[in-house]
Amino acid sequence: MLDHDILIVGGGLTGLRAAVGLCDRFNVGLISKVYPTRSHSIAAQGGINAALTNNPDSRDDSWEKHTFDTIKGSDFLADQDAAEIMCKEAIGIVYEMEHWGCPFSRFPDGTIAQRPFGGAGYPRTCYSADITGHVLLNTLYERAVAKGVKIYPELFVAGLCIEEGQCHGVVALDMKTGELIPVSAGVTFFGTGGYGRVYQHSTNALINTGSGIGMAYQAGLPLKDMEFVQFHPTSLIGTNILMTEGCRGEGAYLLNNQGERFMQRYVPSAMELAPRDIVSRCIQTEMDEGRGFEHPLGRYIQLDLRHLGSKKIIERLPGIRNICIDFIGIDPVLEPIPIMPCQHYSMGGIDVDKRCASELPGFYAGGECACVSVHGANRLGGNSLLDTIVFGKLGAQAIGEDLEDGVPRPDEKAILRLKDKVEEKFRRLAAPGAEKPYRIHAELGAVMNEKVGIFRTREELEQALDKLIELKRRYGDVGVSSPVRYMNYELTAALELEAMLDVSHTIILGAILREESRGAHFRTDFKTRNDGDWLKHTIARMGDDGSPVLSFKDVTITRYQPTERKY
Amino acid sequence: MIKASAYTFKILRYDAMKPESSPCFSTYKIRVIPGLTVLSVLIRIRDEIDGTLSFRSSCRSAVCGSCAMVINGKLDLACRTQVAAFDTDTIILEPLPNFEVIRDLVVDMTPFWTMYEKVQPYLIRHSPVPEKELPQSEAERLRIDQYVNCILCACCYGACPVLARGPDSDYMGPAAAVKLERFVLDSRDERPAGALDVVNDEKGVWACDTMFHCIDACPKDVRPTDAIVGLRKAMVKNRFQKMLGKAKNEA
Repeated sequence: MLDHDILIVGGGLTGLRAAVGLCDRFNVGLISKVYPTRSHSIAAQGGINAALTNNPDSRDDSWEKHTFDTIKGSDFLADQDAAEIMCKEAIGIVYEMEHWGCPFSRFPDGTIAQRPFGGAGYPRTCYSADITGHVLLNTLYERAVAKGVKIYPELFVAGLCIEEGQCHGVVALDMKTGELIPVSAGVTFFGTGGYGRVYQHSTNALINTGSGIGMAYQAGLPLKDMEFVQFHPTSLIGTNILMTEGCRGEGAYLLNNQGERFMQRYVPSAMELAPRDIVSRCIQTEMDEGRGFEHPLGRYIQLDLRHLGSKKIIERLPGIRNICIDFIGIDPVLEPIPIMPCQHYSMGGIDVDKRCASELPGFYAGGECACVSVHGANRLGGNSLLDTIVFGKLGAQAIGEDLEDGVPRPDEKAILRLKDKVEEKFRRLAAPGAEKPYRIHAELGAVMNEKVGIFRTREELEQALDKLIELKRRYGDVGVSSPVRYMNYELTAALELEAMLDVSHTIILGAILREESRGAHFRTDFKTRNDGDWLKHTIARMGDDGSPVLSFKDVTITRYQPTERKY
Repeated sequence: MIKASAYTFKILRYDAMKPESSPCFSTYKIRVIPGLTVLSVLIRIRDEIDGTLSFRSSCRSAVCGSCAMVINGKLDLACRTQVAAFDTDTIILEPLPNFEVIRDLVVDMTPFWTMYEKVQPYLIRHSPVPEKELPQSEAERLRIDQYVNCILCACCYGACPVLARGPDSDYMGPAAAVKLERFVLDSRDERPAGALDVVNDEKGVWACDTMFHCIDACPKDVRPTDAIVGLRKAMVKNRFQKMLGKAKNEA
């Protein structure tokens, strides 16, 4: 049995930042199902928000203004005290990452460069060309190596051990040897990322199954605001690779098949830099009303960079250019990029407070798998990298405080009991089954895409629920091709699929229940925001029959009274 | 309508847990539409034809470095390689060379990461930290740009003719040199000259034959040989300065 004071699950920005913050004082272990630098944080492109006031156009910026933009962007569903903390911490976090070696792009005066992003009053998005996630993740991994953090790459967590109101650790599969390893820990911290892959079309990495969220939920923890799913306006058609908001931050246009900058008709004040939920709806409307372009890979809208000129494109957006050339054979210097909106981010997640603490002693979560909530109903671009690092840091601080009187003693017997259960699950999956995991996954992705997308109606959501229940039933017959446990990706996919079905269930039920439109949740049968009835968080717990039971929680309002969200 | 073409995929299979078996090719016939990547076909094969096939993948957009392999003789990321990019309807896939295979296309990356850690792959500073950012000019940032782009996919390691001489070579490999040079050239880094000693031998930068295979193999246009040559120059310069009694304080 492995034993740590603190076990961190997830090697992305949140997990690494938490580990770096705790490893000097505690015996910390970090488990990741991939090598940490393969985590999805690496794929973030555009930048990280902080009111540094380096940009000549942002001299009047402040963390308070950043907070207001974040809360307005959230359609007033964010907890305002938490948003304040995040935006205040932002400045120190960016300087800290810089001091640790993060190679940000620079302004001519040698300060960190900042670009405009959607929904922000000032250009406050700090960046490194269009590889900001790559440089941040590498810097934090380097920091973790420098500090000698104990990292276990390619350990796949197969179960979270919660008994008697305490978290005792996890059971993990060593993917290299196939061995099941019990891991005991006084405190477990999840930084396991989002669930993008429950959608057929997502910008997310293939590893973003939301299995961490699902595992916590299956172990009895509540999830929050799961119906709020961000659809990014600009993903490349076909592969759905992200085309950063930084493109529009640098001045790119969105064009319909009339050659029109259609955002003029919707949000003339912000144009292409309106928040993501709004831009995605505008693009979808243009395509639905026949003003999109047709392509064998799907209908699309153009993202036009050409007027920026080759120098600016090559300097500021080199990764975007390479992706376009490699993946669709288009050079954006010469041709517009064909884009469509698709799933991008999970606003909802494991219900935690602004210290990353869950309701259960000894279990914490941060980053995309968690919902503090700082993003409310819609996250602003540049705030997710920020969320990951800030709450990795604050979660570590909170754990340090909570362990001042000593590390709780986990119950090793409880972990061994869980190991037996996981063994049983493995045996069941290895038995011949009529269903293959990929088929259920594909059908789940399709129904989430078609019925739980940018525009939602009760009728379609209920159809999605029926389908989900059918898929859950069929999951009982899933079998994998080989009982071998090492490097058996079909097996791990089958394990994660169960969590994906549960996660999707909470998304669909939340979306059915919430009869209003707020942020990224848009109901065509309830088109306006309804603060009287719905200014509250949705909480989902797994009921006895395995279905979610929903309840509600107040939103924390400090200084910003909800007003109509206009741009 | 898009027309699918028939392709033959030959994939080298091996299971290190069954040492009695020897590596052999499995053949899969699959219809592919233009624009599909090698990775997307691999996923289809695993999903629909053969669930036992092992390969790594994550970002599917050439930024995470998971899916490096040999594709029709060329080292590259499966996710960014188009099936239609070759003048043939047969695609042969093999695991990255210079590593032990664990299963099929999955290799044991441990030696790669060991070398990475050996070079102190992080910013080293002794001076007090300012309240705001450490200033860095655009030109100074540009100097490290190509090295910053490394995604640690190990294509260079797999392509290296020195490492191909066998596990006894103990050579650090190109990627570790890239990482070290990325910090040596960083205007903010204050590592002492002695920090280069760890690679200043026949297993370090002097092992490189400057055959440039790593440059050809890099999917991100990094030039590891530049880093190796740069480090060699720095070492010679350090030695020269030492002889003149001007060596940096090693503290």
